[in-house]
Amino acid sequence: MVSDSAIAHAFRAQIEFWMPVTLVSPRKLSHVSSRVDYVYRGVARAGGIIVLLIMLAIGVFLGLRATQAISADGWSFLTTQAWEPDANNFGIAAVLVGTILIALVAVSFALPMAMGTSLYISEYAPLRIKRFLIGLVDLMAAIPSVVYGLWGFFALQGSIVPIARWISQTFGWIPFLNVPEYDPADPLAPNTVFTSSTFIAGIVVALMITPIMTSIMREVFSQAPVGEREASLGLGATKWGMIRSVLLPFGVGGIIGGTMLGLGRALGETIAVYMIISPVFMIQPHILQNGASSISSLIALKYGEASSFGMSALMAAGLTLFIVTLIVNFGASAIVARSRSGASS
Amino acid sequence: MTMFGSAIANEHEVLDDSSQHEPEIVDPRDDVPRRIGALRVSDMLSMVGAILASLSMTTVIFTVLAPFGGVIGFIAIAYIIFLVVYAVLVSLDEKTTIVRDRVVSVAVHSLAVIVFATLVYIVSFAVFRGVEALPHLNFLTEDMSVTGPLDPVTQGGVLHAIVGTLIQISIALAITLPLGLTTAVFLSEVPGPFSRFVRTIVEAMTALPSIVAGLFIYATFILILGLDKSGFAASLAITVMMLPIMIRASDVVLRLVPSTLKEASIGLGADNFRTMWQVTLPTARSGLVTAIILATARGIGETSPVLLTSGFTASMNVDPFHGPMVSLPLAVFQFVKSPEPTMIARGFGTAAVLMLLVVILFVIARIIGSDTVAKKDKRRAQRERFFKAISDFFVSVARVMARLFSPRNSRAPRRLSRRRRSRRRVVAQTFNDSLKRNGVSE
Repeated sequence: MVSDSAIAHAFRAQIEFWMPVTLVSPRKLSHVSSRVDYVYRGVARAGGIIVLLIMLAIGVFLGLRATQAISADGWSFLTTQAWEPDANNFGIAAVLVGTILIALVAVSFALPMAMGTSLYISEYAPLRIKRFLIGLVDLMAAIPSVVYGLWGFFALQGSIVPIARWISQTFGWIPFLNVPEYDPADPLAPNTVFTSSTFIAGIVVALMITPIMTSIMREVFSQAPVGEREASLGLGATKWGMIRSVLLPFGVGGIIGGTMLGLGRALGETIAVYMIISPVFMIQPHILQNGASSISSLIALKYGEASSFGMSALMAAGLTLFIVTLIVNFGASAIVARSRSGASS
Repeated sequence: MTMFGSAIANEHEVLDDSSQHEPEIVDPRDDVPRRIGALRVSDMLSMVGAILASLSMTTVIFTVLAPFGGVIGFIAIAYIIFLVVYAVLVSLDEKTTIVRDRVVSVAVHSLAVIVFATLVYIVSFAVFRGVEALPHLNFLTEDMSVTGPLDPVTQGGVLHAIVGTLIQISIALAITLPLGLTTAVFLSEVPGPFSRFVRTIVEAMTALPSIVAGLFIYATFILILGLDKSGFAASLAITVMMLPIMIRASDVVLRLVPSTLKEASIGLGADNFRTMWQVTLPTARSGLVTAIILATARGIGETSPVLLTSGFTASMNVDPFHGPMVSLPLAVFQFVKSPEPTMIARGFGTAAVLMLLVVILFVIARIIGSDTVAKKDKRRAQRERFFKAISDFFVSVARVMARLFSPRNSRAPRRLSRRRRSRRRVVAQTFNDSLKRNGVSE
């Protein structure tokens, strides 16, 4: 064998010395596309280009319309809290902070709910109802936001106010849970100070983003390798031990990515927030107190009465929201794609 | 208690796995999985004890110690006490790891219950509050053009919004469907740096704030082109919102098509287009339908892009290019802005109609999406049996007809039968006679 290959090697070396190119390079595979394929690929690429153009146009046109307002306002656009475009006194400081606060409240409620639900569906639920629950989560993600808004305004608000009051009384020493306008010593103090708050809007948005987060996390958990699960259980781990040592490390990218996608959606939510909050145009750090704001509800509120310049200001606000959401989404997809579980999702 | 459902699930998985590796002929009825996590009396007792203890302690807290108020507060405190008591009870006869497992299991179950119960609450709340308006037939057959806010719910309806929603979603689908599917095919079938770039952009756009989609159409269609707010503008805004959702969902589905199928098709000499058209798309059909329906459901339910672009009207408008056209979510939004209770009831009724539409779409998606090869075969067999029965019936009918109406057959037997009848009579007579003779008759 060895001598054979040695001979062959020597032989080949001899030949290569004389005609070096022909024998060494692999055979060239040529591929002639049919005319149909040419057209097909062209059409497919055209579809991709059109979609790309539409998506880029969103940014470009919002930017174009916004330049008038931004150039008139300059840097104070980022620092002003009021929204009086016609008096040239406007900025997104208040609404941007309000948007982020609502989204943070939403995510802090939605994260445990989504984790619990996705763990239940993937690990605890009986096989018979598993498929049904998956469908239910999908359906929940498709419930129109206006329905969530109705529920939040007419059903949730009444029953959440006592809890908000209790939280503010008990944990009032934490700055953002404080409600300065409420005087606990006064038994007749009105409860209305607790309505229409960042807190309530956040809870409603939390319910809206829970399904999408749940479905991403469940998808990731279901991809956890069976071998590792069984190894963990076989070593005597309890179910929670298995979840902690196999499932969560495996799915951490999906959990973070799903949460950020939920955050992105929470930042952009309009109608439910608009129906619940009573808008204020100053930074409102007290999340339990009446009065909140968000960029999207600002647009929904002001577009009807806006002058041409006011519209430009609204476009600038929309552009800000667009950029913030894009950053969050890109971050989410980068994290998901990098994680061990994310390659396929 | 919480363990054994999942233990059975695990057992199933293990059995499935082993049966794949070494196929044995086992009667499936004998193959009952052993219950690993059977319910024990002590588990049951600690669970019931914890529930009782938490309820009574919470009652004491609420009535004697501190006058809190509210049902939610009661449940929350009862739940926390329950968790603590349960952990203590389990720790009496189990190790710490098992205590932790039990507590987590209870927490996971209760979180899932909270989420699903809230979903049911949200949906049923809208339907329940809409009951006042829903049963009246005029709610589905009239518009609001002659109905004021003070009129009772027996007048006026949301037909204009239903029609508007259907028109808008149809236009949006007419644009989204070809464009979205083409792009999804492009992303999965024509790989390269450009398609990767498009995919990144599309993925980032999936969570495009809906109001930004509305703002974009407002900026281009209405401000730059100078056109009116109309149903068409609203459809475009919905399209912008639906496109990324649909492209992403269909892209995922298309990438799941096994490459062996495509290679087999190309190996048989088909070109790429033919492979896509006759192998990839049919294989992914049910998933694609699900993607389309998901995007449609999102598109139907969006309020904010429509709010900016469609305008509002109380009367019917079937022309998407001229004049404002209202859709169901927008109608809900406008109804509940009114302080009148009848208008609010109408709003809830409209929301119920909207959800019904979404649910119908979902049922369709589930039916098509749950289509497996086995089911499809079964259905085809049924269909073939059905057609065979029908064709058999027609063939036999045709045979009878042919026998009855064919000129040769219709005359010949009649002429024959006269002769035959007489001959038969003779035969029968002789037969009877012979019977009588032998004494067998009667």
